[in-house]
Amino acid sequence: MKVRVKFFAALHDITGRRELNLEVREGLTVGELHRDLSARFPRLADYSGSLMYSVNAEYVPADYPLGDGDEVAFIPPVSGGAHAH
Amino acid sequence: MLISITTDPLDPQHLIEHVRRDESGAVALFLGVVRNSSLGRRVLHLEYDAYPQMAEKKMRQVAEEIMSRWPITDIAIAHRTGRLEIGETSLLVVVSSPHRHEAFDACQHAVNRIKEIAPIWKKEVWEGGESWLEGEGKAALQPE
Repeated sequence: MKVRVKFFAALHDITGRRELNLEVREGLTVGELHRDLSARFPRLADYSGSLMYSVNAEYVPADYPLGDGDEVAFIPPVSGGAHAH
Repeated sequence: MLISITTDPLDPQHLIEHVRRDESGAVALFLGVVRNSSLGRRVLHLEYDAYPQMAEKKMRQVAEEIMSRWPITDIAIAHRTGRLEIGETSLLVVVSSPHRHEAFDACQHAVNRIKEIAPIWKKEVWEGGESWLEGEGKAALQPE
């Protein structure tokens, strides 16, 4: 099945891409996808434990199983608004 | 309720007019503004990145939370992305209510929630370098 993965901020810098279209196995979880992509982009592994994931623009846990056509985003800790410190 | 994410400069007056009602005795306005220093470094400018569709959805979720928890008359939220210079406004939150206390309180709560759940990131560009700022992460994303 096909999924689209979007990268933002520091993860865009790491991967050099805004998004990636991938063919993945049925039932793959977002956490497993993160692990698999860390083999291709090793610095993604630095974010294990701190990333949030979204599927179709809603936060999901790492064990969320992907479906065909899903839009996945790896979301580093957010820092919008004014200066936080 | 007005929610927007844009690369254009933000106009507070437009949002004020949008939220004001004849029964509103107060309009509270928050501007998040680009500051010229961070952790002792001189900041040249900021760059904001966002997941626009999700950021808009999460800002709308915040607005709905606020509307359901405070007796306010309306709320408007606008976030700017892209490159912002010192002194420019990155975030506008405007709340109208019959009385000032709820307007202040709801406005502050909205700003805090946006910073927790909206997928928006800022990069500081300073003399000799740049860095994406990363917030509190998962801990901040637990439901209240």
